[in-house]
Amino acid sequence: MDLSVKIGDLELKNPVMTASGTFGYGEEYAEFFDLSRLGAVVVKGLSIAPKEGNPPPRIVETASGMLNAIGLQNIGIERFIHEKMPFLRTYDTKVIVNFFGDSIGEYVAAAERLSGVDGVHGLEMNISCPNKQADWCIFGTDPRVTSEVVGKVREATRLPLIVKLSPNVTDISVIARAAVDAGADALSVINTLTGMAIDIRTRKPKLANRTGGLSGPAIKPVAIRMVYEVYKAVKVPIIGMGGIMTAEDALEFLMAGATAVAVGTANFIHPTAAADILGGIGAFLTQEGINDIRSLRGTAHAS
Amino acid sequence: MSRSFKAAIKENLPVHATHNLLSLSVPDSMPDPRPGQFFMVGMNRGTDPLLKRAFSLFRRTDEGLQILYRVRGKGTDILRNMKEGAILDMLGPLGNFYPLPSEEKTPLVMAGGIGIASVFSLIEDLAGKAIVFYGARTKEELLMLNEVKVYAKEVIVSTDDGSAGLKGTAADALRAFLAPQASDAHFCIYACGPHPLLKAVARMSKEYRIRAYVSMEEHMACGIGACLGCVVKTHDGFKRVCKEGPVMSASEIVW
Repeated sequence: MDLSVKIGDLELKNPVMTASGTFGYGEEYAEFFDLSRLGAVVVKGLSIAPKEGNPPPRIVETASGMLNAIGLQNIGIERFIHEKMPFLRTYDTKVIVNFFGDSIGEYVAAAERLSGVDGVHGLEMNISCPNKQADWCIFGTDPRVTSEVVGKVREATRLPLIVKLSPNVTDISVIARAAVDAGADALSVINTLTGMAIDIRTRKPKLANRTGGLSGPAIKPVAIRMVYEVYKAVKVPIIGMGGIMTAEDALEFLMAGATAVAVGTANFIHPTAAADILGGIGAFLTQEGINDIRSLRGTAHAS
Repeated sequence: MSRSFKAAIKENLPVHATHNLLSLSVPDSMPDPRPGQFFMVGMNRGTDPLLKRAFSLFRRTDEGLQILYRVRGKGTDILRNMKEGAILDMLGPLGNFYPLPSEEKTPLVMAGGIGIASVFSLIEDLAGKAIVFYGARTKEELLMLNEVKVYAKEVIVSTDDGSAGLKGTAADALRAFLAPQASDAHFCIYACGPHPLLKAVARMSKEYRIRAYVSMEEHMACGIGACLGCVVKTHDGFKRVCKEGPVMSASEIVW
């Protein structure tokens, strides 16, 4: 059975990855399963300068989902390279580094610094954060800004470049095309949906940051629809994510058009979720007599 | 050794209108828990509630462990209705634990309400040395008081309504105890309870120059250090309750 897939020039032994921000830098999960089983580990988002993040409460559970407003807390790229990469290099898996910036200059600096680091196989660019130099607008909600920042990062790195799209837009296929035209090798679809929850006793938002990103099974139908639309709009590989809890969920994403999938919130509930989902995908292929996982891709589009 | 395991419910007894004592049998592969540590417990079969719930270790037993919990939402309501033989998906023991005091120190253990769940096994391990300040809203909510008395050197009870012991909080009782003491150097405080209680303990710890350890609480998703959801602000930046805690030095917290 062939489970291998390609994300641009990046060859993965199987299509199961971890979603950024739900897997730390891998260390917390290593006691629960062998990280070498994964197609790729996508680490918690990094920036050039360390970030402290938002005050608590940072998370709140909602119906079949959760809101988070961690605030991109991270140790910074330098510490990551020196303190976390030696650990990640000991595993036979691909390491994809998620990164972000407060300005186009910071994105470029981050991409340059990460390129050429031993063991970093690919970059995933978070464009769902605000541009401090341009009225705090979210990079990934405007196709021109998306094109500009992706284009600049493209010039700064030769690593496979994955752009993670925000679902908080009117038409995600427009942003997808802008990212691909500017040089993205692949797209991650989707980031969290912005949401809010209110405490009826205090009459105030439950999160200190007021709003947060909704993840978990509650968002899966939205994610599936967006993968389906992006698949029609662009030719590059799609990494599908958003509420994947089971192998069946992952298979839906592949059929909608994803080449690979990322497991996110499920890691919080079952530390072995990604490995369990990989096992379940294999079992499904055996059951259905399918030899090559790539034959499932986009099958929901057949008329 | 595995910190991911399945536990079987042996008993799930109401000890009060809103509190239950859960007895679990666990596999031998689970590492031994220490006082102050906690477990993540999954009680759902579908996706709502989605996340596991964090509970302190209450007591170790021959076949496993006990959890004392308060029913306060969807998750704990499902748990309350689970019967003997039901299987729970669990992670643990997680987090750090209460450091034991040196020989010459007298441990003062503070419990506010359900905070008793976290310090009970510490009181057990201190084997007759702890002076316990146990506060609750009413006499009926002083859960497991007789068991606490078995292991404590002395129990100073307080209730918000004055139905048992001193009228006031455990912090009021602690202040009344410390005020007439000639020297405070030989005490060491351990506390678990509502935030205002911990804050009051931190203030007294500074005032009387007594080392105090507090067990912190914050919304938690994973329990293993990955989600960065459960942080508290310290003088050394945000720290994770699940990993650097739950037990933290009162002096390091920004109250």
